[in-house]
Amino acid sequence: MSKKQIKTTVNGVEHEILVDSTWTLLETLRDQLKLTGTKEGCSNGNCGACTVMVDGKSSCSCLVLAPEANGREITTVEGLADHGHLTPVQDAFVDNSGLQCGFCTPGFMIATTALLNDNPHPTENEIRLKLAGNLCRCTGYDKIVRSVQDAAERLTKS
Amino acid sequence: MPNFDYEAPTSLSSALELLGQPGENRPLAGGTDVIDQLKSNRRNADLVVDLKRIPELLNIESNGSGLHIGSAVSCTEVHNFTAGNGGFAALAEASELVGSVHIQNRASVGGNVCNAAPSADTIPSLLIHEAVAHTASASGEREIPLIDFFAGPGQTVLEKGEILKELVLPTPSANTASAYLRFIPRNEMDIAVAGVGSLIEVDPSTNVVTKARIALASVAPTPVRAYAAEEFLEGTKIDADAIEKTADLAVGSAVPITDVRGSAEYRKELIRVLTKRTLTICLERLA
Repeated sequence: MSKKQIKTTVNGVEHEILVDSTWTLLETLRDQLKLTGTKEGCSNGNCGACTVMVDGKSSCSCLVLAPEANGREITTVEGLADHGHLTPVQDAFVDNSGLQCGFCTPGFMIATTALLNDNPHPTENEIRLKLAGNLCRCTGYDKIVRSVQDAAERLTKS
Repeated sequence: MPNFDYEAPTSLSSALELLGQPGENRPLAGGTDVIDQLKSNRRNADLVVDLKRIPELLNIESNGSGLHIGSAVSCTEVHNFTAGNGGFAALAEASELVGSVHIQNRASVGGNVCNAAPSADTIPSLLIHEAVAHTASASGEREIPLIDFFAGPGQTVLEKGEILKELVLPTPSANTASAYLRFIPRNEMDIAVAGVGSLIEVDPSTNVVTKARIALASVAPTPVRAYAAEEFLEGTKIDADAIEKTADLAVGSAVPITDVRGSAEYRKELIRVLTKRTLTICLERLA
């Protein structure tokens, strides 16, 4: 088993860390950097619980090797709020009850943020299609879709 | 996970040198198939060679010799490059169907090809566009028509130490249209029960088809072309009857199995329906 020295920026903070070649980015975030907001669900790219941004693009961190993060900028759910001030996306999910147990929520926060960065005014169909990689077993998705629509409105106004 | 080492070379020559060393050396592009296969012990590796720091493999461009897609270019980038550029509509459609957005951001079209799943969504659209696989190894380069690239489910003709360098698709003529459709039992995020890519070039003055290419997914051990259907359609004036007959002929090129996703009989019917629909979309696009 070989170790790799990597330099990676996570939520704006630069880390110089030693990672195992066979670790996933998800394992490094949770077990090494103790950023446990990012969740492990299916471990094979179906559920989206582990969604983070890599250089601004939403990715399943369970399907990224830790050494691949060298020189990349990673954003996790912990990196969204600014000093305790929730982002419009986070506020919209809170106010529209876009969650129940909350396990999928960090992934939805990142996926929604990435979606609205790319497409500030998605239709309901676009929201359902672009968030299809994030599974929620509680809400039935309706309140999540409404949260995303509300988030889009809030971001337009802000 | 097996116990492997990881390298991220910044030049093609150093990648080929690493991959040519003894042992099980596995190239990594998006990793959405390979990392999952390593985790579940379906593939082994002593060394994983990350190709995403090699500039020429990350390049996508259109020039006099056609559309060049570096083997590590993501599905998202291929979609963005080809969407709105009518010439490669089928590829734009297919590259937006591979898994979720999060998968498309990482997964490369080249990786979808090298993973060689009979159900791979991007392959029929590459086949109808007559893609040529340009490969490289420490001992030289090869150009392989994509139809000859697959050896079986999950198997390609790549030799040890040889990688896909780029896919090259000739620029279609102005009177050409293409489309890709697959059937899945839900709206998104699933593996094709069957898929069809169609491309036609039509003489606008006579409505006679001057070129037809039809490729099928998930109905044989490898992606296949529907040659009999293509031969019938070429030289034929395209109308509803011609489309009907072409679709019937395409079914003859499907040799599906019955599995959890669908019965062989159902898949054949899907090929008939999807061939009709893709050809109808092509006609609409030419109108």
